[in-house]
Amino acid sequence: MSKTAIIIGGGVAGMETAGQLNRLGIEVVLIEKQASLGGHLKNWDRLFPDRRESQEVFDYLEKGMNDGISLYLNATISDIREAGGKFTVILEDGRELSSDALVLATGYDLFDARKKEEYGFGIYDNVITSAELEEFFRNNKQKNLFEGVQSKRVGIVHCVGSRDEKVGNLYCSKLCCVTGVKQAIEIRELMPDAEIFCFYMDLRMFDRHFEEMYYEAQEKWGIRFIRGRLSEAAENPDHTILVKVEDTLTGLPLKMKVDLLILLVGFVPSPETKRLAGMLGLKEGDDRFLCPSDEHLLPNSTDHPGVFLAGTLKGPASIAATIVDARAAALQVAEYLVNGER
Amino acid sequence: MTFNLFVLPFILGLIFLVVVLVKKNRQWIRLMSTDDRKKLKGWYRSPKILLALKEIFFESLLHRKMFRRNPLLGYMHMSFAFGWFLLILFGNMESRIYSGLWVNPPYYPIFLKFFIHDKHVLPFEIFTVPGFFRFSMDLLLMFVLSGLVLAIIKRSRSKWFGLTKTTQHHFTDKVAITCLWLIFPMRLLAECMTAGAYGYGGGFITQHVGNVLAFLWPLNDKSIAYGFWWFYSLSLGIFFVTLPYSRYMHIPTEVMLIIYRNFGIKAGKEQSPIHEIEIQSCPKCGVCIDICQMNTAAGINDIQAVYFLQSVRNQQVIDGLVNRCLVCGRCEEVCPVGIHTDNQRISQRNSFVQLQKQDYSYLNHEADPQKAELIYFAGCMSHLTPAIPRAMTKILDAAGVNYLFLDEDRSVCCGRPMMLAGKLKQAEELIERNKKSITGSGAKTLVTSCPICYRVFREEYGLDIRVLHHTQYLLELIKKGKLPLQTYFRKVAYHDPCDLGRGSGILNEPRELVRKIADPVAVRDEAKDAPCCGGSLGLLNADRHERDLITKEALANYLDKDAELLVTACPLCKKTFAKHSPLEVVDVAELVAAAIPKVEKETGELVN
Amino acid sequence: MKSFGYTITKDRQIDYDANDRRLIEYVEGIEPSIRICMECGSCSATCTAGHFTDFSIRRLHTLLQRGETLHLRKEIEKCMLCGKCQLVCPRGVNLRNLILIIHQALDKLHHDL
Repeated sequence: MSKTAIIIGGGVAGMETAGQLNRLGIEVVLIEKQASLGGHLKNWDRLFPDRRESQEVFDYLEKGMNDGISLYLNATISDIREAGGKFTVILEDGRELSSDALVLATGYDLFDARKKEEYGFGIYDNVITSAELEEFFRNNKQKNLFEGVQSKRVGIVHCVGSRDEKVGNLYCSKLCCVTGVKQAIEIRELMPDAEIFCFYMDLRMFDRHFEEMYYEAQEKWGIRFIRGRLSEAAENPDHTILVKVEDTLTGLPLKMKVDLLILLVGFVPSPETKRLAGMLGLKEGDDRFLCPSDEHLLPNSTDHPGVFLAGTLKGPASIAATIVDARAAALQVAEYLVNGER
Repeated sequence: MTFNLFVLPFILGLIFLVVVLVKKNRQWIRLMSTDDRKKLKGWYRSPKILLALKEIFFESLLHRKMFRRNPLLGYMHMSFAFGWFLLILFGNMESRIYSGLWVNPPYYPIFLKFFIHDKHVLPFEIFTVPGFFRFSMDLLLMFVLSGLVLAIIKRSRSKWFGLTKTTQHHFTDKVAITCLWLIFPMRLLAECMTAGAYGYGGGFITQHVGNVLAFLWPLNDKSIAYGFWWFYSLSLGIFFVTLPYSRYMHIPTEVMLIIYRNFGIKAGKEQSPIHEIEIQSCPKCGVCIDICQMNTAAGINDIQAVYFLQSVRNQQVIDGLVNRCLVCGRCEEVCPVGIHTDNQRISQRNSFVQLQKQDYSYLNHEADPQKAELIYFAGCMSHLTPAIPRAMTKILDAAGVNYLFLDEDRSVCCGRPMMLAGKLKQAEELIERNKKSITGSGAKTLVTSCPICYRVFREEYGLDIRVLHHTQYLLELIKKGKLPLQTYFRKVAYHDPCDLGRGSGILNEPRELVRKIADPVAVRDEAKDAPCCGGSLGLLNADRHERDLITKEALANYLDKDAELLVTACPLCKKTFAKHSPLEVVDVAELVAAAIPKVEKETGELVN
Repeated sequence: MKSFGYTITKDRQIDYDANDRRLIEYVEGIEPSIRICMECGSCSATCTAGHFTDFSIRRLHTLLQRGETLHLRKEIEKCMLCGKCQLVCPRGVNLRNLILIIHQALDKLHHDL
């Protein structure tokens, strides 16, 4: 008799875990609270570092969603019960689904930039987030964004909602740096005569090809980097934005007028993850992301037998890393279903 | 007139106490500023003295304020103070019946039952004049003793009184408290034994207890009773001698404090004799420990006003104790004696930093600022909450006000943060420089969004123009019909900022504003009892974890209701709460701005 | 350090071994939060006094860490203690207290600074 796994969350991690498990011959149920699969991936235009279309990655993931996977869209979980090693997931509409293992792949939320009120998001017209810029790119609306702009100076702010005790997030979101550099290049491609500035504290180009991208951004695209964290932004009567920052490398305060300010918003744990973790008694770290039972050796297991974690509910991760993590999760689930708890 | 040697300790103690108190009081008056001394001139002719007497009756004797905060503690203090007072009063009246004189030596009523053994008055005979007094005196003694029982319980079981931690005592305090606790039991025993030995002359309690004692202990005679009269007199005498050097100095000092206060003499930010008077008036009741958020939220329970004042009194002030305080004013609000705890802290901080210099010569407002009817001063914190000044400029434009946004480009500090750190001289310099730029514009009104600035503008700037917090000004605009408002109906919880509510008494204006546009929910601690958000600039040395705990505790005051929005009227509160609040936090000005209907440019019609 | 009526601050190296670190040790002892600075500069960017003068609390703090205390007394005299620096600090450094403690340290250690 074949075993069943329920995957909660239909983003990159959930889709890849589901596809892998299904290919390993395990019956898979995939629950997604939204109307379609893909999660945040559907909002991105092109991916760093090679700027391939995000659609390509989605297409790959979607191919894995064959008939062996029972898909529940628009489904919110109201309760999870466990008896004799079997899990019963109860949906809000009363349907009950049961399985031998559970995989949480509920992902992350983007930091709400309004919480950083001094940057003026939601108050000033020309302050947008990196996620909004992706949407513009994806819907080919970027032209509207720069309409009527004369000098075309763009500021990109790193670490918005990350490495910031004042919003309660001390951790680094890791991927904003590379996203900022990617978006800077993309803006440059659209507006060859624009001046583009990245305001950073440290450029964390940690992964393969990231540092080269930074190099290229400087050498080929003329992107400028100012080391200093924005303290605040103000709106001028002409709706340009005045940013205030210390140019820490010269040791002098610097103010600059920009036509568009882009806030690189970081990862925050999603409330839905917290809710489900509460039902299952899973532990969260000081950063409020979930903790696996062993960060080095069992990165996808939890202290709760039969419950596994995949993807960014454990903290910020790139799409490439999420896919690797999802496969590792699938393997751990498969091993558990075959051999039981080790 | 009767006399006995045993009254000497009492008499000598009393004389000593009176001399010390008179000297001390003269010293205080001598050290007062000329202005303060002037206020006291002709005090005996002033009606203020009657108000003072009324307050002394209600606060020093009845302990009304303490009663309201903590009934059990209030009763304890009242039974001692009011009970003892009535014992003295009734004792004097009773003694006149027997001496037939209007003036008796002070020991005579105190030790009356030693000198007089009235055979003709029976213990329960309360409808004759002497019988009524005899009965009352016993009853009053019981009243005082009931307070003593509570005091003893409080020492070991402070939790029963709702106190998390009771105050610590030093040596003189211990001697004084021992004597104080002995006085009334000694009196009881002396009177009982005397009544028992004679077989008459006691009241309904003293006589019957005395009879039982005489029955149980046949050896009891007048000489043993005499011993107890000595003990009684000794405990009184020693208590009087130690009183000026112990916490019980608060009893006479509070009386003087009330008088001075009624004549308009108050503890300011700089040291003065009234500071010492206030410190001496602290009864160490501990109400300030329970109200303090540093204690309830962060578990820091050794820095509260009572400990701080004690350290000043013992001249053992340390920086930690002075600086670790929100200066939120909550303890000042509940202090039954009315000690200005905030100014006490600031004045101590001031004496720590007196030598330090500041240099603000760079603040040269040479160019005359533009002329306007009204100055809008957002305050430096508002630069970090741009939604607030944004809402204000929108409103001012909509109402067609001719205004100057004084700190639009660069923020200038108002000087209050400097004051809270105790740097009064330095703050003064800052204030002088800022005043020039305010008066230069010829404006008649100054409106600010920041309660911190508002308070210092009002209290320290001495401006001859109107100074308003934006909540006051916005309400005025609405009442004058200059702002059309649509109801923007949402359930909101309003948080009173410390410097606006408790600090400046602006409680109604923001509430009235909120009521005009939203649906306010009731919150547990509000108005003058509202918690501090935890962002206070008065707290000089807390770490971020302690601040977080205070903020979270304060938020809980607003979150357990069905509010959808948390509304405040201070950029610092807004910023501080926003970090932890699951609800959106907005300023009252933002609510008002959102309620202004949009005007369609072409048609001039209102649209929602 | 000897001063001959004038000082040259440019183009000189920090002589870490020769520098007097008593001041920073005193300050750190009372306000340990100053260790957690990541030199982002938001404090000096928002600084009220920094708009009018070249006062930079971040630079001052970094120099102090290296034992560089030249002009320190004059520098801190410009601070208005408004607390905005503390309100934007992403690490939660108690910057206002830093200024107060430096004042205190200068008084206590009688530095000829």
